[in-house]
Amino acid sequence: MSDALISSKAAPVRFEKVSKVFGKDVVAVDSLDLHVDAGKLVTLLGPSGCGKTTTLRMIAGLEMASSGRILIGDRDVTKLPATDRDVSMVFQSYALFPHMTVLENVMYGLTFSGFGKEEARSRALTGLNLVGLKGFDRRLPSELSGGQQQRVAVARALVLEPQVLLFDEPLSNLDAKLRRQVREDIRAIQQDLGLTVVYVTHDQEEALAVSDEIVVMRNAAIAQMGTPRQLYDAPNDRFVADFIGEANLLDCQIVSVDGDEATIDIDGFRHKLPSRGLPPGPATLAVRPSRLRIGTEEGIPATVAKATYVGVRMEYTLTGGFGQVFAVHDDVDQPLEPGAEIRMAFAEKGPVLLPQP
Amino acid sequence: MKNVQEKTTHPVLIFWIIAGWVGFCLLPWYMVDGGLWSFEWLFDGYPFDDDYAPGLFLIAQGEKIWLAPLLVPLALPLLVLRRAKSDPLYARVLILAGALGFGYLIAQGFSIGIRGFNFDWLKALFGEPRIRQFGMGYGAMICAASFLFLLTQGVAARGAINGDVFVVSAIGGVITIVTAFVFFPIAKMLFAAFITEDGAYSISIFASKFFDDRLWGLGCFAGARCGAAWNSLFLAVLVGIITTVIGLCFALAVTRSSFRYKRAIRALTVLPIITPPFVIGLALILLFGLSGSITVFFADLFGIQPTRWLYGMPGVLIAQTLAFTPIAFLVLIGVVEGVSPSMEEAAQTLRANRWQTFRTVSLPLMRPGLANAFLLGFIESMADFGNPLVLGGNFDVLSTEIFFAIVGAQYDQGRAAVLAMVLLFFTLSAFYAQRAWLGKKSYTTVTGKGDAGVHPLMPKGLAVPVMAVALGWALFTAVVYVMIIYGSVVELWGVDNSLTFKHYVTAFSVRIEEEGIRWTGAAWDSFWTTIMIAAIAAPLTAAVGLVTAYLLTRQSFAGKNAFEFGTMLSFAIPGTVIGVSYILAFNVPPIEITGTGVILVISFIFRNMPVGVRAGIASMSQLDKSLDESSLTLGANSWQTFRRVILPLLRPAILAALVYSFVRAMTAISAVIFLVSARYDMATSYIIGRVENNDYGLAIAYSTTLIFVMLAAVGLLQLLVGRVQIGRRTQRGMETTK
Repeated sequence: MSDALISSKAAPVRFEKVSKVFGKDVVAVDSLDLHVDAGKLVTLLGPSGCGKTTTLRMIAGLEMASSGRILIGDRDVTKLPATDRDVSMVFQSYALFPHMTVLENVMYGLTFSGFGKEEARSRALTGLNLVGLKGFDRRLPSELSGGQQQRVAVARALVLEPQVLLFDEPLSNLDAKLRRQVREDIRAIQQDLGLTVVYVTHDQEEALAVSDEIVVMRNAAIAQMGTPRQLYDAPNDRFVADFIGEANLLDCQIVSVDGDEATIDIDGFRHKLPSRGLPPGPATLAVRPSRLRIGTEEGIPATVAKATYVGVRMEYTLTGGFGQVFAVHDDVDQPLEPGAEIRMAFAEKGPVLLPQP
Repeated sequence: MKNVQEKTTHPVLIFWIIAGWVGFCLLPWYMVDGGLWSFEWLFDGYPFDDDYAPGLFLIAQGEKIWLAPLLVPLALPLLVLRRAKSDPLYARVLILAGALGFGYLIAQGFSIGIRGFNFDWLKALFGEPRIRQFGMGYGAMICAASFLFLLTQGVAARGAINGDVFVVSAIGGVITIVTAFVFFPIAKMLFAAFITEDGAYSISIFASKFFDDRLWGLGCFAGARCGAAWNSLFLAVLVGIITTVIGLCFALAVTRSSFRYKRAIRALTVLPIITPPFVIGLALILLFGLSGSITVFFADLFGIQPTRWLYGMPGVLIAQTLAFTPIAFLVLIGVVEGVSPSMEEAAQTLRANRWQTFRTVSLPLMRPGLANAFLLGFIESMADFGNPLVLGGNFDVLSTEIFFAIVGAQYDQGRAAVLAMVLLFFTLSAFYAQRAWLGKKSYTTVTGKGDAGVHPLMPKGLAVPVMAVALGWALFTAVVYVMIIYGSVVELWGVDNSLTFKHYVTAFSVRIEEEGIRWTGAAWDSFWTTIMIAAIAAPLTAAVGLVTAYLLTRQSFAGKNAFEFGTMLSFAIPGTVIGVSYILAFNVPPIEITGTGVILVISFIFRNMPVGVRAGIASMSQLDKSLDESSLTLGANSWQTFRRVILPLLRPAILAALVYSFVRAMTAISAVIFLVSARYDMATSYIIGRVENNDYGLAIAYSTTLIFVMLAAVGLLQLLVGRVQIGRRTQRGMETTK
């Protein structure tokens, strides 16, 4: 892709017991320990107000940690202001300078990095090529579409060959179709150049699609971190299960544990699955809508309360002694009618046991 | 491409160290004759002549040996030149050097004046030596600046504001100049109120001046005269109420009536900007004075003797109402438009009729704006100097009393100071009330979301009186301005009404001779001085204002609220008070600038600074903060960000601040009249002088010229800003243009 003019100096990021307190007692980030490996794309995911953007801004140096240590590479940057850190950031609003052309925007950071004018120019043009904006260099940001502006913002950050590249909800101003394409572009560039990227979003699908690793945050702390598959298939608790993808949370009883395998009971229906270290007693079962089997011979009695046709599949709301669950089914040709009495069971893989809250 | 190794060269530090040494070794330490722009000293005995010698030469000649200790703080920073910024020693040495140097410079400046030591205990300690010094000049100023910025660099190196040198220095610089040119003179003035004739301090002298009958007397209830304080207060309250009511009428007429010529009414808002404050008074004299047209007309009609009813309270009241109504209008139009139409539409769909809607929804939502307009009118009336001077007669108000206490036969600095304190107390109370009021209530309901509704028309019963007042007053204003122009081309008003350009010729005649143009008119001197001073003051005002605005909107630091209050304070300090305090403070070393052009420039900078700050804040808060942040993450420091991102985007605000401070410098009178000198006379004080000599023709012709000059300036501004806005893209990456 690139003619090797843009290379990577990717470095790991490490947070050691970092806290950020605003004012007197608003704790935005509480004693966070975090390690981002060099060359990986790590996503900070969480509901608004969970501290993910503050964490990102602390990496950038736009917020200063109240306590703890932040390291980029081997260097302690805790007290270093943004100007002196080798980090660049793509903003949610892109923050393109409206009075400069696309090329001037991309050259902006290079001129402060000690490059001569010609060198800065050729690097900037390479950067624009890389994001597919060849020939747009003389335009003003206002003459570009949203997606193009987004790519200018990426190019502007990329050409500095930062140790860490930060994205603050970069796709939230794009429409749904463009979003998918741009996120694939970002992921491709990141993997081609081997960049360390920290990425903030509140869209779990986006996070699952682009990340090497996801950090789910809640109330200023990490709820769980792991690969997308780990988080989706084996959430630690109800919060993570519910936040990543949709999950039905059912109360159940673990009747026996045999080695790693537990047997659970819901309304008299028994099911075997990994125990994940839980002892017998009450627990929660998390089941993705697609992992529910509907209309099986055996299973938990349930009533179809609602049936919705959404084109590619059917969506059902089922009620019963367990409460209410949401299920999807691929068979759109013979849908169940509302009011039908059926039985439901669980797929072999997928459902996981969670501790009782 | 950042060097991970910490930098050990500090260009900014080197610059200020060199500046300090240059100031100390090369430039004349004391103020040279002929002001800052005269370079005669270069060829006149420099560097050995006492008057022009740099500090180092003075010491070498054994002259002002008390300057010698300054060499220590000048040399100290050289020790840490090669150290890294994070080295604690670096910060400590710079702070020490800066604080020592700056502190010592100020201490020696205040302790040794024209007549030797200023303090008795120093005399006791060192005896009465034959030493004296003059006001600080280039050398001392640059030295002081160097020490100040050494100090701020030290503070920044210790980690204040993330170690940002530019921001710390800007804060330090603004605080220093505001302290020196706002707080110091005011404090000096407050002290002057306690000084007896032989120079001792006394409470009783203050009390006797403070409880003077001429200040607080209530004789007017018994047919005699009231004290100036009561007069001022009464007048200000009346002006506040009347301008608010009329301003509201205008605002309603523009937004909520089907009146067709709304744009013409909007043009009113330009008037107070371009009109020197006393011009209205002059026009009123032409209309209602002893030989005024209307007076004469009615005298002939009814066969009654013309009276001098205009001179005194009625005249000042009318003039101020005319002058300040547009200000109230300006405030209220924003408020009246700010009331969300959907609120009013909601009220109407809830079955309130138009009158009920107005009374229960629109008016209550405007209430804070009304208070704001009232307080502005109050402050402006209190501070007004020109109109009472022209029309006051026997009606004493504080601002003119202050003037006469200083320049009149009584020459009583103490009394002027006491009067100024009373005036300051009134305006500051109003200022404080305004801020307290506005701080608590949000007075607009505009949310930034599109609001498609339309303001309902006023109910009939309200529309008729409102329109009557608005149109009547607009007509009156128009007549007054026509009179100004007409009056300037009349031979001698009321006596010889033939038309002539005589006054313009007297004021602005030019002769073209062999060696070029000769400015023979009487007004040229003051005219060019005014243009020059205003042109120098305008960019400085804009710069100080915008840097302050940047600090207030973009940075957070301890004591920011106090900082903002301090910078906005000079808005509430009447010009007369500034004038008096400047005379008292800057007549003696260390800052000795009375009678120069510098004092005029400085007084304009600090009188008009709040305008620049407001303009800067308004447009800076529209720039998304992510622009700064992205610039910072791209490796620019905050100075580079300010210069390359913020300033270019603020072009319209800069232009507005420039032109506005230029124009205000041209119309100002209240502070100026204390500070002008034979050499630096300003247009406004020249005109007032003409008025006092009953030379109305020339005064009005000059005023008219000023109005047109300023109209041209404002027009040019609107043209430029209009064009800039077309070129400036409004997007901030938010919209998608496909």
